Amino acid sequence: MREGVKRAPGYWPRAALFYLYLLFLYAPVFIIIVLSFQADNASLSFPMQGFSLFYFGEVFDPQFIGDYRWPFGRSVILGLMVMVLTMSISFLAGLAFRKNFKGNILVFYMVVASLICPSILISLGIGIGFSNLGLTSQWWSGGLGAHLSWTLPFGVLIMLAVFSRLDPRLEEAARDQGATQWQTLRNVTIPITLPGLIGVALFGFTLSYDEYPRISNVAGEFNSLPVELVNALSLAATPTIYAIGTMTTLFSLAIIFSTFIVVYIMAKRRQGFGMKKLKAEE
Amino acid sequence: MAGLTAAFNRHSTMLQISPLVITLTLFLVGPVIVIIVLSLWKFDGFMTLSDVWTLRNYERIFTRSLTVSNYLQTGKMLIITLGVTFVLGFTLAYFLVFDLVTLRTKMLLFLLCVVPFWTSAVVRTVAWIPFLGKEGIINKAVMGLGLADQPLQFLLFSEFAVLLSYIQIFTLFMMAPLFNVMARINRDLIEAARDNGANSLQILMNIILPLCKPGIAIGSIFVIALVASDYTAIRILGGSQVGTVAASMANQIYSVQYSPAAATAMILLLVVLLLVGGIMRVVDVRRQL
Repeated sequence: MREGVKRAPGYWPRAALFYLYLLFLYAPVFIIIVLSFQADNASLSFPMQGFSLFYFGEVFDPQFIGDYRWPFGRSVILGLMVMVLTMSISFLAGLAFRKNFKGNILVFYMVVASLICPSILISLGIGIGFSNLGLTSQWWSGGLGAHLSWTLPFGVLIMLAVFSRLDPRLEEAARDQGATQWQTLRNVTIPITLPGLIGVALFGFTLSYDEYPRISNVAGEFNSLPVELVNALSLAATPTIYAIGTMTTLFSLAIIFSTFIVVYIMAKRRQGFGMKKLKAEE
Repeated sequence: MAGLTAAFNRHSTMLQISPLVITLTLFLVGPVIVIIVLSLWKFDGFMTLSDVWTLRNYERIFTRSLTVSNYLQTGKMLIITLGVTFVLGFTLAYFLVFDLVTLRTKMLLFLLCVVPFWTSAVVRTVAWIPFLGKEGIINKAVMGLGLADQPLQFLLFSEFAVLLSYIQIFTLFMMAPLFNVMARINRDLIEAARDNGANSLQILMNIILPLCKPGIAIGSIFVIALVASDYTAIRILGGSQVGTVAASMANQIYSVQYSPAAATAMILLLVVLLLVGGIMRVVDVRRQL
């Protein structure tokens, strides 16, 4: 602590609570990462038995009951589809909400309802709906819809927040200078809202990649990764689950950090661009 | 072509909102209608009869004693989770907003809280097993310290384990909106109160807490929705000890009792809508975005 800095009363207990919470948040995940590096025939708990990559090999072993490569691939593809759809639908909806169209309150309540609706109701409803139409729901049809019902509320609420902070004068200025509606959208609105859009994309992908309850009844014959994991848990729990957990965690972290780096570079470049322009004008 | 552009401009708002409306109609309104219809079909103990209409499924819900115990269990877990996540989330957000000075530290620590949210929910839940199990870290420590001579049984496959995982994850959903509203509080208000002789507790109770109301509302909506519909954590950590409404519904679906499950789902949806609607009446959530 620097000399002369006076802490508010209660600072230290609050700081202690904060760091304890971080420990509480990270410790379990950290433990399963450690436990996934055990040797053959290990248990789900400590003490750690040996050290090897055995269980990581099992994840990719086609002979093994749960070959996780396909569920993983499906979850990634599904995540990408959900990401693109969530981003486009939420962006368009955000544009519409700015103009306070007729029925906007109703649509807003639909969005909130989609967020709070019990997951199991959506899952069962979509499943039964498909079978009554004589169809079987698959991960890319009913599963995709189930995921959109979960990601769209987040996407739309984020876009509403982004657009409420967007200064409409910037777009008016562009129109006054003779830009068409499309040019205004392309060169003003989208670049300014891009960080928010990237946030929506990130939310869309990770919420879908992770989602279990809404897709549980509608994945069809081919499971997504979380469904496969829960099934594996109720069959035979081995440290393979920890190995897959370690890998999915690292995968999610890689995506998040690369997104942050991209956003950071974009922000820097934009700043640099503005500075260059200013200098040129001097 | 010009006419087409004009027509597009005239209808652009409708075109912009229709993808959202169509998707939500297909995958939210659709399933709800299916569930309403399904809940009105007769269940004869083995299968659902699609041509026999009845209110029997609802009647059973209101006459079974299991319903009461399910709702009591859900209510109890909801109140505990809301209480703990509020106290914890409020304190954490307060620390981030008022105790830390530089924006960089604030953002870094906030991000540290958010990162685990992006790892698999199933994995996060499973991760409690090596901690809480009979052979788990906590039991090893408790027995090593001589505090108990038998492993504590209540730690895993219990209500305690489920609550612990709720608090671990859902605190973030309470903390983030609170952080958002607290960061927008005008510091001059606090200065003015202090100049007029208010102590820390008075500032907290009369200025900060009232201004945090929208954040509390949004956080509570998240927590209510999450607790009411969770059955993943219950399935993984609850053993057979935890009988919430959602868990009993999942069991009904598992044993193909679709129409009783549908009736249970409708009542649960109504309860959640009433709670959230009540909150939204008090606080204008949309204005906070």
